[in-house]
Amino acid sequence: MAGYLTYLKRRFSWHTLRRVGLALAAPVSALVFAAIVSVIILSVTGHSPADAAQQMADSLERPRTFANSLNNATTYYLSAVAVAIGFKMRLFNIGVDGQYRIAAMLSAALAGAAFMENLPSFLRVAMTIIVAMLVGAVWAGIAGILKVTRGVSEVISTIMLNAVATAVVAFLLNPSRLAVPIGGSNNIGTPPITEGGRVSGIPYPGSTSTVFGLSILAVAVGVGYWYLLSRTRFGFDLKATGLSESAAVASGVNVKKMVVASMVLSGAVAGLVGVPQLLGSSHTYALDFPAGLGFTGIAIALLGRNHPVGMAIAAILWGVLDQTSNSLDITGVPKEIVVIMQGVIVLSVVIAYELVRRYRLRLEQRDVGAALGTTKTPAPAEVTT
Amino acid sequence: MELLGITKRFPGVIANSDVNVAVRPGTVHALVGENGAGKSTLMKILYGMQRPDEGSIEIDGKAATFHSPADAIAAGIGMVHQHFMLADNLTVLENVVLGSEPRSGGRLDFKAARGKIRDISGRYGLGVEPDRLVDELGVGDRQRVEILKVLYRGARILILDEPTAVLVPQEVDELFGNLRELKAEGLTILFISHKLDEVLSVADDITVMRRGTTVASVAPRETTARQLAELMVGSALPVPELRESTVTDVPVIEVDGLTVNTPDGRAVLEDLSFTIHAGEVLGIAGVEGNGQAELVEALMGIRSLDSGRIFLRDKEISKLSTRDRRDAGMAYIPEDRHRQGVLLEATLWENRILGHQTKAPSVRGVLINRGGARKDTRRIVEEYDVRTPGIDVAVGSLSGGNQQKLIVGREMSGNPVLLIASHPTRGVDVGAQAAIWEHIRRARAEHLAVLLISADLDELIGMSDSLSVILRGRLVASYDPKTVTPEELGSAMTGAGEGAA
Repeated sequence: MAGYLTYLKRRFSWHTLRRVGLALAAPVSALVFAAIVSVIILSVTGHSPADAAQQMADSLERPRTFANSLNNATTYYLSAVAVAIGFKMRLFNIGVDGQYRIAAMLSAALAGAAFMENLPSFLRVAMTIIVAMLVGAVWAGIAGILKVTRGVSEVISTIMLNAVATAVVAFLLNPSRLAVPIGGSNNIGTPPITEGGRVSGIPYPGSTSTVFGLSILAVAVGVGYWYLLSRTRFGFDLKATGLSESAAVASGVNVKKMVVASMVLSGAVAGLVGVPQLLGSSHTYALDFPAGLGFTGIAIALLGRNHPVGMAIAAILWGVLDQTSNSLDITGVPKEIVVIMQGVIVLSVVIAYELVRRYRLRLEQRDVGAALGTTKTPAPAEVTT
Repeated sequence: MELLGITKRFPGVIANSDVNVAVRPGTVHALVGENGAGKSTLMKILYGMQRPDEGSIEIDGKAATFHSPADAIAAGIGMVHQHFMLADNLTVLENVVLGSEPRSGGRLDFKAARGKIRDISGRYGLGVEPDRLVDELGVGDRQRVEILKVLYRGARILILDEPTAVLVPQEVDELFGNLRELKAEGLTILFISHKLDEVLSVADDITVMRRGTTVASVAPRETTARQLAELMVGSALPVPELRESTVTDVPVIEVDGLTVNTPDGRAVLEDLSFTIHAGEVLGIAGVEGNGQAELVEALMGIRSLDSGRIFLRDKEISKLSTRDRRDAGMAYIPEDRHRQGVLLEATLWENRILGHQTKAPSVRGVLINRGGARKDTRRIVEEYDVRTPGIDVAVGSLSGGNQQKLIVGREMSGNPVLLIASHPTRGVDVGAQAAIWEHIRRARAEHLAVLLISADLDELIGMSDSLSVILRGRLVASYDPKTVTPEELGSAMTGAGEGAA
């Protein structure tokens, strides 16, 4: 009991407060800075920043906007986790974009295939998800294997694999192969997924839009990511390798194995990025399937500092900014101002995090000094003869 | 130069309080003290990296205020850091001019710089060749390049931070020769060291620091190393020494014909064979860079063998991974703790898990056992006297000595059968050194086999049951630590004298 009390005391001490404050300092100051830049740009270009902000705030009050923001956030979050798994190992998986597109396309083809019709709904959805993860894992795994066997930088190989993925998707998405024409348009896509293969949305009060049913998948991935990193040996090895490869090697980590494993894992999560959209709303992988989500994931992983909760907040923020920006055009403010704001956030948060990191280190060293300066005097040297 | 009543406070702690040092021009002044005695803070103040809260610095009787190292350099103060700051793939010339490149008409004037370097080198007898690649230079040469670098920038007062830590006795003698020349030319040298014999041989005045303040100023002629050490720690002094032999006839590790080549096929370790028995400490003496690092990494499975075999308790481990070797009972205190020993940005308890990712109490199956790891970290902090406010602070904020104690404590846990200890007491203070020795002695009595690599010859001689010398990747001589002198070892290490069998 007493132990628990001291535990509570420690949890809610001034130090905890300071820790939380420091953790928030960087993202908050980046947001403030980005807001200032946006205000300046709007003022200079003859728009009223106050009106624009009011417009965005008003639009957020509409339930539909918020439901759509959550849907955006779901995909962004999955993408960010995929990137963060790499980041934790100091691997830069720029290929999330290609990984999710090829995964979404192939899993859409499977989910829409005729033979799936007779399977139970649960099995169909599960198979779609698993295939998407497998495809993403394989695609990212190529970069991992190239890195450990040939020393190819994963930055280069994943960028190139993005281009290859684009080409492969374009090749397969052809009426003579996996695609069918979509009625009423000149668009083509994979055969539509029928009712049993879809995941129905969660109704959002006051809105015709529903929240993706698979947003719970994003939550599960977040929890899994947290558990893996903080509770498992694998996660420890992963973090250790990211913090110091040489120390990890000396501790017995097989770094090559870890590189491949983390790329595969990152790719598996990347494979999920398109799935909530696919099974919740599009029901087909067509030419107009959202692209570029992999890059948004990088921004969100940076802003959320690879932290499962931080990235969730960042993903929701991004989703809200995206959705509310639609309302700006009505007042004649170019909605690209939000893209500028997002860009400034990412750039400034990277700098802010580094500044806070240094400050925190100095603070902690000072703490150690303070704590030791007030403890007992150094014990006299042991004399052993 | 004079430091008067320097006081530097960090919130809650006084790093320096009322420090008074008077350095006579044209002398070698030694500053000695344990780690944490405040020497580095004082150096930082003197070199303009920090500003004192109270007190003043006077140079030639004039008060000086430094806002940055650039101010200190301008005032003629130069610093030779303990860790060399040289770019290996540049020449001596390029390294020296780096940051203060000589220009003439927008172009780099290497010719003038080369002349100036030759001139300085000749004047102080440094023997530095401007066009050699730093990569090709030995440790002693690199140090002379560092000294030349500060002289090139016009320093009249040189601060040398533990300059002998990386040198063998012969190189130390050369360094001291250089220092005497510098002194003869009217330069002033502030020399920071742990090694009291050296301080006594080279210094004209000695100032002792303890717990942030100057406790004594003594003349080397009127004191002994023991008295100095006792001033430093405020009590009696530990000696590296083994008691009765605990060597058994059970071989723990047998190395047979171990050979490691560089990627281009040059042998860095050639046909090494040795056996360490349970309860035996085998010391390896050698000038740094003669294959010690490769030997340690080959034994730990970090570097693969080109030929030869290693047996641990009669089981061949030559092909096993580092993790399997650790699981088989090998423990490892690395030479460079920041590179291989700790995760600086991780907490103490997370660092407790490092290297023990497969062993209780750090893990349970595939999961991390946080409670177990934390509890055992507290035990290490307690038993090994790691000075820290808690186990949740980042290891990087502890002092080097405390980091080392944590590593030693960690590696000693889980009852290892073989400890590979590379410079286990490098950079730790006298108290910690004694404690680490004592832990090694105790484990040895419980049949631990130890491979000890150290640059501190007293430590090697005192702590080893048998001694071998490594030179250019080969074990060239064996000595009985009971009879060998540091001088004999030193000459075998440099290949000067052919060692006795």
